[in-house]
Amino acid sequence: MAVLESRLPFRRVFARITEGIDPGLLIIMLSLSLLGLATLFSASYENPGRVVNQAVNLAVALAAMWLIAQLAPQTMMRFAVPAYIIGLCFLVAVALFGDVVNGARRWLHVGVTRFQPSEMMKLALPLMLAWYFHRKESTLNLRHFAVGALILLVPFGLIVRQPDLGTAALVGAAGFYVIFFAGISWKVLATVAGLGMAVLPLAWGFLHDYQRRRILTLLDPSTDPLGAGYHIIQSTIAVGSGGFSGKGWLNGTQAHLEFIPERHTDFIFAVFSEEFGLIGNLLLLILYSFLIARALMIANSAATVFARLLAGAIALMFFTYAFVNMGMVSGILPVVGVPLPFLSYGGTALLTLFIGAGMLMSVHRHRRLVQT
Amino acid sequence: MPSLLGTAELRNSERELQQFQLRVGVAGVAVLVAFCLLAARFFYLQVFQHDVYRAKAEDNRISIVPVLPNRGLLLDRNGVIVARNYQGYTLEIFPRKVASLERTIDELAELVDIQPRDRARFRKLLAETRNAESLPIRSRLSDEEAAKFAANRFRYEGVELKARLFRQYPYGDVGSHILGYLGRINTADQTRLEEEGLDANYRGTDFIGKAGVEASFEAELHGTTGFEQVEIDAAGRGIRTLSRTASQPGNNVTLTLDMRLQRVAEIAFGERRGALVAIEPSSGDILAMVSKPNFDPNQFVDGIDPQYWAELNGNIDKPLNNRAISGVYPPGSTFKPFMALAALETGKRRFNSTIHDPGYFEFGGRRFRDSKPGGHGTVDLYKSIVVSSDTYYYQLANDMGIDAIAAFMKNFGFGARSGIDLAGESTGVLPSPEWKLKRFKRPEQQKWYAGETISIGIGQGYNSYTPLQLAQAMATLVNGGTMYKPRLVAQVDNPRTGERRVVDREVNTRVRFRPEHVDFIKRAMAGVNKEGTGARAFAGAQYSSGGKTGTAQVIGMKQGEKYDEAKVAERFRDHSLFIAFAPLESPKIALAVIVENGGFGARAAAPISRTVLDYFLLGKVPAGLTMPTPEDEAAEAEESD
Repeated sequence: MAVLESRLPFRRVFARITEGIDPGLLIIMLSLSLLGLATLFSASYENPGRVVNQAVNLAVALAAMWLIAQLAPQTMMRFAVPAYIIGLCFLVAVALFGDVVNGARRWLHVGVTRFQPSEMMKLALPLMLAWYFHRKESTLNLRHFAVGALILLVPFGLIVRQPDLGTAALVGAAGFYVIFFAGISWKVLATVAGLGMAVLPLAWGFLHDYQRRRILTLLDPSTDPLGAGYHIIQSTIAVGSGGFSGKGWLNGTQAHLEFIPERHTDFIFAVFSEEFGLIGNLLLLILYSFLIARALMIANSAATVFARLLAGAIALMFFTYAFVNMGMVSGILPVVGVPLPFLSYGGTALLTLFIGAGMLMSVHRHRRLVQT
Repeated sequence: MPSLLGTAELRNSERELQQFQLRVGVAGVAVLVAFCLLAARFFYLQVFQHDVYRAKAEDNRISIVPVLPNRGLLLDRNGVIVARNYQGYTLEIFPRKVASLERTIDELAELVDIQPRDRARFRKLLAETRNAESLPIRSRLSDEEAAKFAANRFRYEGVELKARLFRQYPYGDVGSHILGYLGRINTADQTRLEEEGLDANYRGTDFIGKAGVEASFEAELHGTTGFEQVEIDAAGRGIRTLSRTASQPGNNVTLTLDMRLQRVAEIAFGERRGALVAIEPSSGDILAMVSKPNFDPNQFVDGIDPQYWAELNGNIDKPLNNRAISGVYPPGSTFKPFMALAALETGKRRFNSTIHDPGYFEFGGRRFRDSKPGGHGTVDLYKSIVVSSDTYYYQLANDMGIDAIAAFMKNFGFGARSGIDLAGESTGVLPSPEWKLKRFKRPEQQKWYAGETISIGIGQGYNSYTPLQLAQAMATLVNGGTMYKPRLVAQVDNPRTGERRVVDREVNTRVRFRPEHVDFIKRAMAGVNKEGTGARAFAGAQYSSGGKTGTAQVIGMKQGEKYDEAKVAERFRDHSLFIAFAPLESPKIALAVIVENGGFGARAAAPISRTVLDYFLLGKVPAGLTMPTPEDEAAEAEESD
């Protein structure tokens, strides 16, 4: 009896903690993160401290996810405008007095630490757009989509100018997904796409040299075997030599002989792929598919316009990260700075992903109860 | 909400939802298609092309080897090289390639000389740098040793002879706190480099500036690492070089320091503990900066010997601390000239105001004693500095009040970091009611008591400043109120392009003291060296100079108790201070000296100042020291290039 009674509060505490946490999402994300830690261990044999750091990052991200999951979508809606405006202010601040690292102005010092405000925009922009379209519910017309496009283009332009094409593409994609889900007509989409194709040669002129080189080397990596082409050649060799079942954990020669640059961050997939082979890759694709499917399901049953747009955008954001990164490492997309979700080393990206998941959980908890 | 919407809008709303669900379906299909594309690509690479890529991975024998840049030189203001590089051979072990480290080292010991301290250092390195590729067991091999090993190389798997550049400080421990030293890149450094995106440029670099200018100008000194494409064999040994991108040497950094003056100053200190800072008043350039005891930075060059490290760290004198910027001391009577200027500038005293000094100042029923029992009789402002009357300044402090004192002393940089390009600068304490409020927690401690103001006047109480602040204040006073940011580096030269960047002189604060006030204080300080407390130290000087002695209490004396040096343990004896400038007209040098536990200012610190000024103004070299001629140094410089 006594034992049973003493257990009760535990159960209640447990129930309180798990309240609002979607077990499906959490299990998939934790599986991915654990795969990530294992790969990171192999990728950073010269600095094992990284695995510990990443575990700490993971704990912080989980805590952030839990906090966000406790909020109601209505509460998040109230943060949409301030978050967007603060994000914009930070981006302007970066443009004015940011730190220059590797020739790009991306970092902003805040007190003792520094961060990349563009990272914040990855969630702030979809929040803002979802808020905007929510307010115009049922009266949507082309003008509103034009305003939406403007909301998207301002931060997008600022990030392109840093220059940080990878992040700009991700932020732009996140915003685009909201506009897409809000119901912009296929005709308008097709027109914009056509126009975009037409000005593409023009945009080429605005690219930085290193950006052009990256695109050119994608077409023929052998033109630049020491620079950007080197990344692609070596990571493709890593993936290809992994074969059907991989070389085994900690046995990747490409990674351990230091042929793969950035092997713990953007190119961690090369290490994974070399050591776990096609089987590992397919497992990864399946895990990501489950994650995205679950997120789309949540979007489908969301209670409000805001909630469903936000959830839909986050679902496709997971997809974009995964697709762009794996595509780049396996040599079908240009090299841009996009981390592999849940696997790449780095606290900020992880935090963004888990906060996104927290938002999904909140949307799910306040879902539409009667299906229409 | 829905009740407020019209039916048309309700219908719109529903249509939007249906459209959304349709688009979720479209998105799902798109995701599936994209992932299938990836899966197809993986299948192509990992199954179809697997053999091709497996062969490529096995043939992946082109290694990118970093080509290390030469670290920039450090030079003094006259172009004398004070830190340079030389090439030497090291014997390095690849821990992952040898079966037993102990056995390998034992076998090596048969061939080359390996001392127990080499083994101890190797073990320390192994423990500190996890997973390093290779670690040195011996450095600076003689040519004979290098040749011997080269001939027997085949016997030692996992051991290599490497040619590396080493840092050398030709003047040994002279100026060690300013030059600093290099140390092996540790895990913390590695993480910092990665965060700053510099890790690629540090590939292959083992050492990084850890202290002094070596650390604060690391970014200038390091240079840009080049790369070599090397074909390697199965064991990872280089066969031939395919292409090469040259490294670019680091920039040469020219200090404002005069190394010869620095040497004279250090010799003048002898074995005593303390610090000296000499500044050019017209520019804020640091001419010399001594902190004693010091250390030999050459000992750090190839991974410090643990025994020497323990000696430095365990030493109660803390030789690694730069006392000149991180040590804080009460200024004692050296504070009086600044108080006197404050009195003139604020109108609290005039040149001819006199007081009667009975040997004490009474306040609130408490007697503040003068260091001279019986007092100095009638004292005016001039005499107050020359004879160093305490009573005069007790009274002055009381008349001015703490707020006015604190406000005026800010003009000299007291209690504020100067911003010098060295890590570890202390703030010091410029006492004020605001400071006390922040410093203490309990309300009764936070309150400023009027009685506390009295001893501030003679540089005691909460007053505590770094020797740099004192020298900076001296320089600011004699130049009439411009406080320069102390400049340690004059220029940075790119040895390849010849491009030169001059480091700008910066002004921290600028005020204009009345010239007649400044002249008065300077004359009074000249009086100190002619007929006052500094007269003995400056007897027979062939130039005009001004000075002020100071004695700072280390332990508090009870009221009525008399300080008896013989009875006080060495470490509790008073600190000896002296501030000075010379010549009287348009001074070229301002300095502050502190000798820890040196007793009266006139005894220890003043003679050191005399030696330094004698050398600086007359070129007089102290007995027992031979200075290399500029020709010698030029020859030496050529040799090291």
